[in-house]
Amino acid sequence: MGRSLKFLIPLLLFGGIALFLYKGLSMDPRAIPSPLIGKPVPEFSLPRLDAPGEKVTRKDLLGKVSLLNVWATWCVSCRAEHGVLVDFARTHKIPVYGLDWKDDEAGAQAWLERLGNPYVAVAFDKIGRTAIDLGVYGAPETFVIDKKGTIRHKIAGPLSPQLIEDELLPLINKLNQEG
Amino acid sequence: MIPEIGHLALILALSLAITQAIFPLVGTFTNTRSWVAMARPVAWGHFLFLAIAFGCLIQSFLTDDFSVLYVATNSNSHLPNLYKVAAVWGAHEGSLLLWAFLLGGWAAAIALFSRGLPAHVVARVLSVMGMISIGFLLFMLITSNPFERIFPVPAEGRDLNPLLQDPGLAMHPPMLYMGYVGFSVAFSFSIAALMGGKLDAAWARWSRPWTIIAWIFLSLGITLGSWWAYYELGWGGWWFWDPVENASFMPWLAGTALMHSLAVTEKRGAFKSWTVLLALFAFSLSLLGTFLVRSGVLTSVHAFATDPARGVFILIFLCLVIGGSLMLYAWRAPSISSGGRFDFVSRESFLLINNLLLSVLAALILFGTLAPLIYDAMGWGKISVGFPWFNTMFEMIAPFLVLAMGIGPMARWKHDDFAHLFRQVRVALVISLIAGGVALLPMFSHGKMLVGLGVTLTVWLIATHLKNLQERLKHKHGLKGLLRDLAGGSRSYYGMWLAHLGVASFIIGATVVSNYGIEKDIRMTPGSDVTIAGYRFVFDGVSKTPGPNYTAYRGHFRVFDGANQVAVLEPEKRHYQMQGRPMTEAAIDPSLLRDLYVSLGEPIDGGDWSLRVYYKPFVRWIWLGGILMALGGLLSISDRRYRIVRKLSKSEAATRKAGTNATGNPATETA
Repeated sequence: MGRSLKFLIPLLLFGGIALFLYKGLSMDPRAIPSPLIGKPVPEFSLPRLDAPGEKVTRKDLLGKVSLLNVWATWCVSCRAEHGVLVDFARTHKIPVYGLDWKDDEAGAQAWLERLGNPYVAVAFDKIGRTAIDLGVYGAPETFVIDKKGTIRHKIAGPLSPQLIEDELLPLINKLNQEG
Repeated sequence: MIPEIGHLALILALSLAITQAIFPLVGTFTNTRSWVAMARPVAWGHFLFLAIAFGCLIQSFLTDDFSVLYVATNSNSHLPNLYKVAAVWGAHEGSLLLWAFLLGGWAAAIALFSRGLPAHVVARVLSVMGMISIGFLLFMLITSNPFERIFPVPAEGRDLNPLLQDPGLAMHPPMLYMGYVGFSVAFSFSIAALMGGKLDAAWARWSRPWTIIAWIFLSLGITLGSWWAYYELGWGGWWFWDPVENASFMPWLAGTALMHSLAVTEKRGAFKSWTVLLALFAFSLSLLGTFLVRSGVLTSVHAFATDPARGVFILIFLCLVIGGSLMLYAWRAPSISSGGRFDFVSRESFLLINNLLLSVLAALILFGTLAPLIYDAMGWGKISVGFPWFNTMFEMIAPFLVLAMGIGPMARWKHDDFAHLFRQVRVALVISLIAGGVALLPMFSHGKMLVGLGVTLTVWLIATHLKNLQERLKHKHGLKGLLRDLAGGSRSYYGMWLAHLGVASFIIGATVVSNYGIEKDIRMTPGSDVTIAGYRFVFDGVSKTPGPNYTAYRGHFRVFDGANQVAVLEPEKRHYQMQGRPMTEAAIDPSLLRDLYVSLGEPIDGGDWSLRVYYKPFVRWIWLGGILMALGGLLSISDRRYRIVRKLSKSEAATRKAGTNATGNPATETA
């Protein structure tokens, strides 16, 4: 009997995987923490989507607490999140940087014109290299970056007013009090 | 009209697939000869209609029929014809059609080249392939019809993703899919064998050439993909552990294990249930990979649920194919005699070790790709698995694999002893350790420890295989024996030899380029120069050049080695009008010892440009390795034993007869 049972192992393993895949269908994979938390934002220098000809680099993020929001026009959740971001940028004095990920330049510019631009600057990451350096899994993702340019927190999936209230603002206040 | 014909052909192909799945199979159990005999003609018809459908889609692309939604989203009237054809498999619907078309092609090839096989085996194999085809065709017709029309008809198409407008990538998916789909043959043979309860050397011999052919395509496909990523993505990497790459690498690992395991089953009758399992795995991983990539779950985790209909269909299909086959395995495999006993020290053992290591690697990669999903579903928190993790896992396991690769071919079948093996490999061991030690000297390694490991493994592989060749030729009367072998006597040995050297080539390439490559991202003013690894790159500025469906900035560089001009490099930054996307085309001066690589970044004010200038030593050896592996595979299927069209030897005729007799009751076959 034991000999026959071992032949069931592959089936059981697959059954397990299938269950996870099934759950994955209805799941919204959010908040995958980045292995980069506690590490400096990787060096990058990208063209600005919102100001053609100019660049945005890691240096721009230094000296203040900021958010870095990864988005794209092809991402449906980003669309849902956008209004929240616009609100956030209007009511709080925290700079939000954008990273437009693997996107269509003209389309992305039109998106900002139409839906409002919450970002102080948007880096245009055409090939997604910086996103890889940042360990981005999908869009939207939002990084909280402290004054020294260190990643302190990451939220995967769209921001909501409640998330901002409960998670982001307390953290930002704490970071603001740091030297 | 043409798209409707294509659509109709798809529906007809589906009905033939259903016929192909049911009648021949039932016929083998009820002993209805005419039903069994249906397998071949139906398989041909199935392929014919798939070819018509495929041709119709190509025709729609070539004639710029933008009333077809798929054409309108993926083509453009200014697209060169080559890319119009390549655009057929540029997105979801078309790649499914390519899959189905190739599956039909493999089935037709089996129908054509299986004269030597018992009729009931052919019937069952084709029937299983028919079942797989039903899944694909239903998926296409229900959720992803490539022939769907739109109204009003757009005047112009949205154009093919510029990333895909490249000859390397045009060929990449067909190669890869040939590999994926090709594993369905070994899979079908295994299912047929499990149904019949008859797993013998003949079964292994029939599956082997098909498996190797699929493996060759997959190897070439992966190599091509890696090469493409290197020159097209514009930043000189050759492997990223991207989920899409993992999806192709996992079946490759399983397929490699399968190929070796089949050799043992054919020659020694051992590993039977294990070989069957690997055959099931290789194709299951192909399916899982294709579907995960196609459903978008891996490229962007967040996109999985975007089209629930597709997701659910995919999952049901996976469960039926993989779950069903593993259930059959759990039911029938216990009755397979293990056969072919062997001692702990024997070639079988080393092949088993290799098999296990390859499977473990594949399992780890599978885990790495699915981990975020699993952790999330279990509420264990969230993790993200990046490429450092994959690299570490690979570097931990692969060296043992290479170690066993060196010893395995030396070991005798069935029984060997440590003393004999040690005598065989001791010279190689000493040489490779010395070579590794030399490479570790500070002046060579610059403090990079992995260089030592890479060099040791490379030299180990080369030395053991040279020794192995020497031993072989000693028994075969030297060079004359080699020529006789190559003339057809025993090419499979040299195939193995060549493929293993391909691995050595890959290791040295990967080691050198990862440790000694130089990458500089810099800003340059026209007229200035920069020196990297002794090469002076002179930047002569950027000009504007029009292309067929894009306009390009073209950079001009002259490269000097001392006073000699060694290359003129002209990287481009293209802007494709329809999709409005910029694309970098790197310029590369290739050679066996080093690549010089320049890609244009962004224009900075005052005529300056940001540039990537790379020096990539030995990077070609990585792909050379892939090509050698594929050539090795090719050489080994040209071995006389696998002559697909050949006269039946006496023993085969006997097997055939026995097989035909055993078509009846499965219970008697298992006994």
